[in-house]
Amino acid sequence: MIVFLIRRTFQSVVVLLIMSLLVFVGVYTIGNPVDILISPEATQQEHEAAVKALGLDRPMWEQYRVFLTNALHGNLGDSFVFNEPALKLILQRMPATLELAFGAMFIAVIFGIPLGMVAGIKHHSWIGRAIMSGSILGFSLPTFWVGLMLIMLFAVIFGWLPASGRGETVLLFGIPVSFLTVDGLSHLILPAINLGLFKLSLTIRLTRAGTQENMQLDYVKFARAKGLSNTRVIGVHVLKNILIPVVTVLGLELGNVIAFAVVTETVFAWPGMGKLIIDSIDVLDRPVIVAYLLITVTMFIIINFTVDVLYSILDPRVRLGDVKS
Amino acid sequence: MTPAAVSSTSSLSTLAVENLRTHFFTKAGVVKAVDDVSFSVGTGEILGLVGESGCGKSITGFSILGLVDPPGKVVDGKILFHGLDLVDLPEEERRRLRGSRIAMIFQDPMMTLNPVLRIDTQMIEAILAHEKIDRALARKRARDALEQVGIASPDERLRAYPHQFSGGMRQRVAIAIAMLNKPDLIIADEPTTALDVTIQAQILFEAQKLCRETGTALIWITHDLTVVAGLADRIAVMYAGRIVEQGQLGDVLDHPLHPYTRGLIGSVPSRNRRGSHLYQIPGMTPALLNLPTGCAFRERCDFADDACLDQPEITEPVPGRPVRCFHHFAGEKA
Amino acid sequence: MTTQTKMQQTGIKKKKPAEVEAPLRRFLSDFFESRVAIFGLSIFLTIVFVAIFAPMISPQDPYDLAQLDILDGRLPPGSENTTYGYTYWLGTDDQGRDMLSGIFYGLRTSLTVGAMSALIALIVGGCIGLFAAYFGGRVDTVIMRIVDIQLSFPSILIALVLMAILGQGTDKIILALVAAQWAYYARTIRGTAMIERQKEYIEAAICLAMSHKRIVFRHLLPNCMPPLIVVATVQVAHAIALEATLSFLGIGLPVTQPSLGLLISNGFEYMLSGKFWISFFPGIALLITIVSINLVGDQLRDVLNPRLRR
Repeated sequence: MIVFLIRRTFQSVVVLLIMSLLVFVGVYTIGNPVDILISPEATQQEHEAAVKALGLDRPMWEQYRVFLTNALHGNLGDSFVFNEPALKLILQRMPATLELAFGAMFIAVIFGIPLGMVAGIKHHSWIGRAIMSGSILGFSLPTFWVGLMLIMLFAVIFGWLPASGRGETVLLFGIPVSFLTVDGLSHLILPAINLGLFKLSLTIRLTRAGTQENMQLDYVKFARAKGLSNTRVIGVHVLKNILIPVVTVLGLELGNVIAFAVVTETVFAWPGMGKLIIDSIDVLDRPVIVAYLLITVTMFIIINFTVDVLYSILDPRVRLGDVKS
Repeated sequence: MTPAAVSSTSSLSTLAVENLRTHFFTKAGVVKAVDDVSFSVGTGEILGLVGESGCGKSITGFSILGLVDPPGKVVDGKILFHGLDLVDLPEEERRRLRGSRIAMIFQDPMMTLNPVLRIDTQMIEAILAHEKIDRALARKRARDALEQVGIASPDERLRAYPHQFSGGMRQRVAIAIAMLNKPDLIIADEPTTALDVTIQAQILFEAQKLCRETGTALIWITHDLTVVAGLADRIAVMYAGRIVEQGQLGDVLDHPLHPYTRGLIGSVPSRNRRGSHLYQIPGMTPALLNLPTGCAFRERCDFADDACLDQPEITEPVPGRPVRCFHHFAGEKA
Repeated sequence: MTTQTKMQQTGIKKKKPAEVEAPLRRFLSDFFESRVAIFGLSIFLTIVFVAIFAPMISPQDPYDLAQLDILDGRLPPGSENTTYGYTYWLGTDDQGRDMLSGIFYGLRTSLTVGAMSALIALIVGGCIGLFAAYFGGRVDTVIMRIVDIQLSFPSILIALVLMAILGQGTDKIILALVAAQWAYYARTIRGTAMIERQKEYIEAAICLAMSHKRIVFRHLLPNCMPPLIVVATVQVAHAIALEATLSFLGIGLPVTQPSLGLLISNGFEYMLSGKFWISFFPGIALLITIVSINLVGDQLRDVLNPRLRR
């Protein structure tokens, strides 16, 4: 276990270092933020002063070294636009994105697992086919367009739910959350459905495949031979077996959801990190872009790590150390 | 049990299967996995059901339990359990019989226990599915059952997961689960095939002992004649969905009436005939989907002639020895 | 394994020697067994036709500003064109652009970008994967590590970063899509090639002292094609969706390039006032395109997967 932890931590640091270099070089070689930031009428002197203030006159490796040293002290640079630490900007918006991502996952799991099991058990009946056709549709629908259609239907035509923003928030352990207020929850529903739809289809497919596979295994027949009711065979024996791969895959997909939140946040004007990064790309706010990427990469690494540990807890057959060692 | 359902002819048997037909309706055609099969088992009796793999013996077992999955279906015949016909019984009543009055043990102990549930969960649920008793009481019964099948420190083992057991241990657990509700009938589907020979012998011994002690009837399904030879009271030989011959163990082994049975016995290595060639039944088991017309064995049989182009009916040339062959050896001295 | 499945297997063995068909013919007859797949394929071919002949069948050139009449802006579907008298079947956008024509041209751009990026990614990823599998050892380990790391990041994130770095443009978006997708091909082909490499015909080729190049491209590659084709179909659909998403976010194609994502994005602000058609119809076009490709892909997977072959 300890060997596993040390090895994973070391790997993670290497990946982070490489990513930081790639991102830094990539982002810093293109465009000139000064052109965007200061007015075209600025004098030569003002221009040079701006370049110097941003540290853009120094050679790249020097800039990277400064960046890395600062990064280790928790300083990822100040935003050119907001004049605030980039890290702080992103951390401020992170709870909104995480809330959205977890909301999406919640929807995917709550609806996806039962639907997938029904589709797996009744795969020859019309209901099984209907669920599968629905999931193909869910895979094919572009997220941003579904978002627009949701707004049109539920906000414009029916007027049931708000179309944008986060609504009223309350502090939970010092973090602002929407889902505990009625207003906030009504703001969360549409974006969460939008973001969760793709994962819902994925969950249905995974669950269906797992159900079909497990239903043919001997342990199901043996459980039925013990005289257990169908409810118990499916609801306990089969469910517990398919839950392991489904939870693992969905856990790994969490990072994906956070990345795709960019799209949903843009459509629903959800004030999260995704919206911030799109705005920052527009104005070439380099420190924010770099900080966003590094934080996302770190989050991915943490998520993958957590999933591996969770997996070993869920499945009694797996002991850490055998996992991809 | 309604008296009306009790059939007079089989009231003495725990189980009497009469003219059972289980067919699979696949895209490629109808597969007659079990075709006109009749046999019976009495209290405390052990019946060996012998045949090559794919001959329909497992499906016979599943038919008795009512666990034949679509596209398979019991299309004809009676399954009389203490005289009650199971075929027409509603699903809920069949469920109540499964695991409590009729239990089954499967071939591969690695696959029959649910890998993600603890042994105690899997044992206690088998009791609670049939009786509303206290969990602690059920637990105690599970513990005793483990002890009975020879598992050391049962309290500890109850809390373990299946992967922490060896194959032989798992099969013991499966047997313990089958015995939990003291059933009248156990169907054992090749339970020792996947095990080492020494473990095999232990399991066989335990099974025999348990049946004798509790009076449970046992149907032991196997492809291995040597296994039944040391275990069964009677044997029934199955070939391509049909029972071709049955009788008391010693009678069948010493004087087989069907050419197929004779071939099976001839192909068992034996100490008496060291050095001589083993007999081989020529050809392959036919696919059940396109069986030859008439006797299914005729293409592999040394005695086949034009008569075999018709399906032979069951005759009883020797009392208590039904056989399905035109050229049975009843007249010969083997 | 239950007796049932055993029986089915023996059934297969019986059948096989009877039907020795040409592989292509067998593939085609298997493919056309599914009505859904035929439906998907015909829809897809129609879309390709529309995309190729867009300039000829569109009522107007939606990107020729001279043909646009700003007074015709945001007309609902079925309205008449005030100057030329033809009907805007799907309405117009804010600049008086006929949505139907816009969609035809948009399909052209979306399909081109999707197909080009998938093709390039296939070549790049395919070569890298083959290379890794054929040489094995350290080369393989290093390449596959990179592939694994890249695959642990969502494609949209990679494309987003690259578009942020490269800026807008067709060539740039293709580059970004290739960078986001090559790893899928590399992993797929490497997996198959590793299995194929063990087989005797490769050993025979090595014994005959053929050149590496000949073995890899003439012997190994053709046998690795089936799974690659399946992945390519799915990835074309992905590429199209991804391009539309990036364009919608305003970091994909420039405004001068008609693309479905851009059309949808244009209609976004009019959504709240109930002018749904500007975003709705391009989205439907995008949806139909992706669904039809996915339907074809699903069937290809079933037909080309030897494990599922009946």
